[in-house]
Amino acid sequence: MSVSRDKLRNFSIIAHIDHGKSTLADRILEQTQAVALRDMENQILDDMDLERERGITIKAHAVTLVYHAKDGNDYVFNLIDTPGHVDFNYEVSRSLAACEGAVLVVDATQGIEAQTLANTYLAVDAGLEIVPVINKIDLPSAQPDKVRAEIEDVIGIPADEAPCISAKMGINIDQVMEQIVKNVPPPEGDENAPLKALIFDSYYDMYKGVIIHVRLRDGQVHPGDVIRMMATGAEFTVVECGYGRATRLEPSDGLSAGEVGYIAASIKTVRDARVGDTVTLAENPAKEPLPGYRSVQPMVFCGIYPADGANYPDLRDALEKLQLNDAALSYEPETSVALGFGFRCGFLGLLHMEVIQERLEREYNLDLVTTAPSVIYRITKTTGEVLMIDNPSNYPDPSQIAQAEEPMASAHIYSPSEYVGNIMELCQDRRGVFRDMKYIDTDRVDIHYELPLNEIIYDFFDALKSRTRGYASFDYELSGYQKSRLVKLDIMLNGDVVDALSFIIHEDKAYSRARKMAEKLAEKIPRQLFEVPIQACIGGRIIARETVKALRKDVLAKCYGGDITRKKKLLEKQKEGKKRMRQLGTVEVPQEAFMSVLKLDE
Amino acid sequence: MEKEKKIGLYIHVPFCDGKCPYCDFYSMRGTEERMEQYTNSIISSILSYGKQLNRRADTLYFGGGTPSLLGAARIRSIVRTAQECFGLEDAEITLEANPAADLSEFFRAVHDAGVNRLSIGMQSAVEEELHLLGRRHTARQAEQAVRDAQKAGFTNISLDLMIATPNQTMESLKRSIQFCAETGVQHISAYLLKIEPHTAYAKQREQLALPDDDTAGELYLCACEELERLGFLQYEISNFAVPGFESRHNLKYWHCEEYLGIGPAAHSFLNGNRFYYERSLLGFLNGGKPKTDGEGGGFEEYAMLALRLSEGLTERGCRERFGSGIPVSMRKTAKKYERAGLTATTPDGFRLTRNGFLVSNTLIAELLFGN
Repeated sequence: MSVSRDKLRNFSIIAHIDHGKSTLADRILEQTQAVALRDMENQILDDMDLERERGITIKAHAVTLVYHAKDGNDYVFNLIDTPGHVDFNYEVSRSLAACEGAVLVVDATQGIEAQTLANTYLAVDAGLEIVPVINKIDLPSAQPDKVRAEIEDVIGIPADEAPCISAKMGINIDQVMEQIVKNVPPPEGDENAPLKALIFDSYYDMYKGVIIHVRLRDGQVHPGDVIRMMATGAEFTVVECGYGRATRLEPSDGLSAGEVGYIAASIKTVRDARVGDTVTLAENPAKEPLPGYRSVQPMVFCGIYPADGANYPDLRDALEKLQLNDAALSYEPETSVALGFGFRCGFLGLLHMEVIQERLEREYNLDLVTTAPSVIYRITKTTGEVLMIDNPSNYPDPSQIAQAEEPMASAHIYSPSEYVGNIMELCQDRRGVFRDMKYIDTDRVDIHYELPLNEIIYDFFDALKSRTRGYASFDYELSGYQKSRLVKLDIMLNGDVVDALSFIIHEDKAYSRARKMAEKLAEKIPRQLFEVPIQACIGGRIIARETVKALRKDVLAKCYGGDITRKKKLLEKQKEGKKRMRQLGTVEVPQEAFMSVLKLDE
Repeated sequence: MEKEKKIGLYIHVPFCDGKCPYCDFYSMRGTEERMEQYTNSIISSILSYGKQLNRRADTLYFGGGTPSLLGAARIRSIVRTAQECFGLEDAEITLEANPAADLSEFFRAVHDAGVNRLSIGMQSAVEEELHLLGRRHTARQAEQAVRDAQKAGFTNISLDLMIATPNQTMESLKRSIQFCAETGVQHISAYLLKIEPHTAYAKQREQLALPDDDTAGELYLCACEELERLGFLQYEISNFAVPGFESRHNLKYWHCEEYLGIGPAAHSFLNGNRFYYERSLLGFLNGGKPKTDGEGGGFEEYAMLALRLSEGLTERGCRERFGSGIPVSMRKTAKKYERAGLTATTPDGFRLTRNGFLVSNTLIAELLFGN
């Protein structure tokens, strides 16, 4: 596909979750005939089941389309989809860096939300032309004029030309296309300069190895070229390159500056082709990589164990496979006295963690036990040694700690103003420090808090939603470490510490959490032949205690007419039941007890 | 060849004149015609098994239901057939009966027919408790039934009692036990009430003033002590007897010995196999064959049953049957629970204590599968 560069338009669609980004993408695909109508399944860009179910785009994809514009010319559109969640902010920024423009979709019934702003700022930072679009005008509660004013006031961009559309009903989609032609600038670049291509997405394909999606800034690439990843230094020979279509890859004889396409080069793992890296040619390399590369660091960690120890190799294989496709997922083997062999896994955030857990359970059919999520704490020992701790088991003895620090997040919450009280109460309870509050319009506010990350990773979003009847939205970014009074809380069952239940927590929160945990465990651990004391303690000092009383009555009193069958069945059931229990010292703990203490607020 | 051990015979009589709200045994109201058909089917089954098996029996047990509803004549013909086919020399022949208005005639007739042991469903001596249990008799009638039985010549009589029933207290339980002892019977079965699914009790569970597990446990311990004080020694979780009057038939179950059960919902263990008739009278009348329930008599089963008994699991018993003694791991586990007061060492093995009996489902599983 050789078109002159001035007919190229590279753009993304950005929106808050559920504002209709994927639906608009589908309509654009449809109108450019990229997909035969019969192949059209809703939301083609989100091709993982999970993505579709959760209504979010987890991984970015890119599609090359041809649009016949009203000026009589054919334009090549490269639509680069972006993940829609804060956990994937870095990936969003790389996708945007591959574009010249961004279509900003705002829900006419909801107005501007947290991610609308967060993504818009990312786009503005990347120097993109913003094309605002007001969606869902078919709904009775739509207020397009109000939203138009909001876009102008809050974001500060002109919105008088913003098309009012319904992606769902297919209304005024052509206006969006014309706006893209008119307002998104064509790409610049020098096709004779050394190759510089930005990787904005990569994924593992069973047959071709890793497929990398790139935006060429300068130069050209052809099959047979030896390419080099400038950050990792890895080199590969290009086997195939071309353009992404809606439902397939279309090979071409090369890609050149300004274009968006894919490269396959027998790359074994996505770790060798990281998002944000610059691809150049080994023979005539570029001097400098493109700016903005960052190696993604996991921020949230938890232990993942197979419910049945025999499935440890299966879990390892599954993680290996997932990692082929997900450079942000980290894992290393760990052993727990309570749970046996498993892995300490690192994630970008809580959503990423949940998605991985669900994929392991669903796609790999694994039954898992996970431990409470943890962030990375920075501990300075009295010896001056600095430790980064992501596993409570490695937390040093308090006597050896000179200073403990925890990661902080700068959080923005957008909400109707009537919930301000509830939100502040929640943030205060989560040790938040109020920064400021701005009115977006007469009845909507942007509340800015500084919050410890470990207060966010448990169930902050759920709590926020329930306190605002689902109206608030939330966005955060890391803002460094802060000194904190941290303690390690241990749980003892019948006098033995259960390592899998230990966690690091702020001193002020320890007592109430300890009590809740003890209560929950007492509720979930069935009565056993012994009395089981449950104790929560900090460095040997017991701060909460519950007791599971000894079992008193569990007997088949009557053994009638020689009906042994029933007793045998019962015995079999107990034998099976024992398999689902974790033997911790002398105490048998059902798996659900581990899971239940992770969600104490339910 | 070693002389073959005698088996037990069990006849399930599914007829009852009403359904007690706690009962989940297979039973229904019977008409004369149905009972006649049923008796004929039982007799022809005994005849064919007799030929097929060629074994001797030394116990016969009529359970139900309310077997006494069959009437003396039918019972007599069943006993006679069983004697012809299985010998039954010096046998214990038990009949379950419920207290009713006048049983003296009936008791004389069945005693005459060869029945030598009665098990009478008294359940409680407290009228209010009997009412809540849905029983259709009074405590006086139960007492009268025992007198009638004794007059008819019975010297081996058992009474059923229930523990942890609605509204029962420690005091009322003691009164019931005292009442039983005073009638001069030789055997008492005392069962902890268990709410079975799909019974009327299961549906009204919330409304019933049922003791909680801890109270039920206390009531059970109290019953055991009181019975022992009155001369009834505990020989199984729920069974107590004047020494020498233990139920020979039921001991076969717990000793994992052979028995043949005939009638709908009756279970059998013969030649290493367990099998049973389905819960269908019509199926039985139409010649339905028993369903197989796999092999039986393995160690797990043997131990599970032996541990229901006060004598417990013995080294000698295990050796005789399996060629090796009590597994070391099991002894170790037993030792562990001895400290918790749930097991006790015996001269030749170990047994469960009363507190152990109370949690025997979990405890036996732990002894068998724990580490």
